[in-house]
Amino acid sequence: MDATGIGLWGVPLAILGGAIRVSTPFIFVSLGEAITERSGRINLGLEGTLVFGAMSAYAVAVMTGSPWLGLIAAAFAGLCFGLFHGWICKFPKVNDIAIGIALMLFGSGLAFFFGKPFIQPSAPDLPAIPLGAWSDIPQVQAALDVNMLFLIGAALAVFLWWAFRNTRAGLILRVVGDSSDAARAMGLNPNTVRLAATGVGGALAGIGGAYLSLYYPGSWTEGISSGQGLMAVALVIFARWNPLGCFAAALLFGGAGALGPALQSVGVTQGYYLFYAAPYILTLVIMIATSSPSRSLAGAPGELSITK
Amino acid sequence: MTDTVAGAPATFGARGYPAALEWIARRAEAFVIPIAALIVGMVLFSLFILAVGKSPIQLYETMWRGGFGSWFSVQNSLSRAAPLLLAALCVALPARLGLVVIGGEGAIVLGGVAAAAAGMALNGAPSFIVILVMGVAGMAAGGIWIGAVGALRHYRAVNETISSLLMAYIAIALMNQLVEGPLRDPASLNKPSTQPLAEIYRIGNMPGMEVHWGLAVGVVACMLSWVLIEKTRWGFAARIAGGNVRAAQVQGLAVGSLIVGFTGLAGAFAGLAGMLEVAAVQGSANASLAAGYGYTGILVAFLARHNPLAIIPVAFLLGGIDASGGLIQRRMDLPDATVLVLQGMLFIVILFSETLYGRFKAFNPDLWQRSS
Repeated sequence: MDATGIGLWGVPLAILGGAIRVSTPFIFVSLGEAITERSGRINLGLEGTLVFGAMSAYAVAVMTGSPWLGLIAAAFAGLCFGLFHGWICKFPKVNDIAIGIALMLFGSGLAFFFGKPFIQPSAPDLPAIPLGAWSDIPQVQAALDVNMLFLIGAALAVFLWWAFRNTRAGLILRVVGDSSDAARAMGLNPNTVRLAATGVGGALAGIGGAYLSLYYPGSWTEGISSGQGLMAVALVIFARWNPLGCFAAALLFGGAGALGPALQSVGVTQGYYLFYAAPYILTLVIMIATSSPSRSLAGAPGELSITK
Repeated sequence: MTDTVAGAPATFGARGYPAALEWIARRAEAFVIPIAALIVGMVLFSLFILAVGKSPIQLYETMWRGGFGSWFSVQNSLSRAAPLLLAALCVALPARLGLVVIGGEGAIVLGGVAAAAAGMALNGAPSFIVILVMGVAGMAAGGIWIGAVGALRHYRAVNETISSLLMAYIAIALMNQLVEGPLRDPASLNKPSTQPLAEIYRIGNMPGMEVHWGLAVGVVACMLSWVLIEKTRWGFAARIAGGNVRAAQVQGLAVGSLIVGFTGLAGAFAGLAGMLEVAAVQGSANASLAAGYGYTGILVAFLARHNPLAIIPVAFLLGGIDASGGLIQRRMDLPDATVLVLQGMLFIVILFSETLYGRFKAFNPDLWQRSS
């Protein structure tokens, strides 16, 4: 095969590479949301957390020169947002979905407020591992340039899948998510567990944001997130609250997101905007296909308001 | 304990207090708590502004001047309030059924595109017919879009919050595709747009002010929605269905039709907002349709606690806050996102204040001690 002209083979290859690149923030946000939802709350504010995480990671990376410090800053910022959501939702009659919408607006607003001076300067990127170095074909190398965070996300998915079933913390989380009353009978405080679960979920979403601004697309702009935080919430439902399912669904969504650019790279420009909408359409179709009015979703935490 | 008399009679209630006092106390809660929450939100925002080293007094003074202080700025705020009224109804009407629809932006965008397409197709017809058809087209596009969200909710149990937002992103992509492709005016180079509407098909200003007729349309829509919710059997049925779907079905209410009808009407209002943006402001459909009115409308509806009459003053308030953004940016060297931070804080405080309803004895005469 000619190394430079691989023709239409470039499309699936670009989709694969794109899936790996685009899916990483989905992986972190959906794993974080899976932890939160398993505890019986839903945090739609992760969209705002993602944007604020992207901004704080970029700002700290510009100021210190270290992308890793940026990553830590984003995780910490996400933790704060998550803890705030977890705290405020413990009050009676405070709706977790509505608070999520408010935090979505507030997080984005705050990120734009503080992020203004950081639109111009450029920050150091998170390093990638060239897993495609064995190949001479530049497209293969480009597709397999895998970021550390993708691998960490994959490992985290496996760990959470194991931990939900086999650890004390996982059991506590599931009990609280399935029945507040059962948890109280066991001497657990559901609000404390949910506070922790929402905080951890927020921190993971912050890391997803750091990936956006420090690796791909790799700069801070006000349009950096286009609903990834929300699609991840839908994705968790589709994945039935299973971390491994979240990982697979994130790859699928990443591939759908890479479809438009991949086709454009081989000269297909017709319907560019419709291909751009592919992940949203895919999410919607999956939600329609997997929901049913007559039975509740298998594996759904009993306390989750969205499935009641 | 339910022996209080309806209306405001000049007698004494069961606990020996003047009935008028009880009447006022029962209704005061709905005013006192939101206003107190607004004040708390503004105080918190002051602390934020202090923390970034600016003067909150100067900020609120600038905000007053930019949004409310002169006839010029009031007209500017009213112009911004016009689409917010309709966008807020897109949230408030489904809320009566217990649905949280946050994708009004999509209906606004598609309503605008449909209206522009109708205007292009009918070019040459009498102006009142064209404007009427544009309005119908905008309402139909928005109504179908959000009505589909309601139908998916009822018939497939698809969560309406997420589906409406996904559909907003799809709508914006659809608009970009149409405006860059089949509907594009070849003369629009930098900013792809549909063909500009002829001057006679544009909606003008109301007499005596620099505010287009969309404001009147929005106010009338809010009043009609209030009548629908409070005074008709459909509104009553929707409130029952919003409280308990099972109970409503046992009562023989057609819950499916109610949900699709209310979400469809909600979307139609948002689509009308898009049509007004095209016919009264932009003159053509383009990317400026996705200006965020749909998202600010969510905030308006929640601040108004989904009461269509309360939406009118709240939309004016937030229109004014929006309008003052530019002045704050220029005078105080603060980012334009400053108003977004204020809006986010107000939103959170208002939602938090939900927990306070029913907590204060002062608002509940049933708990008052006998005075004699």
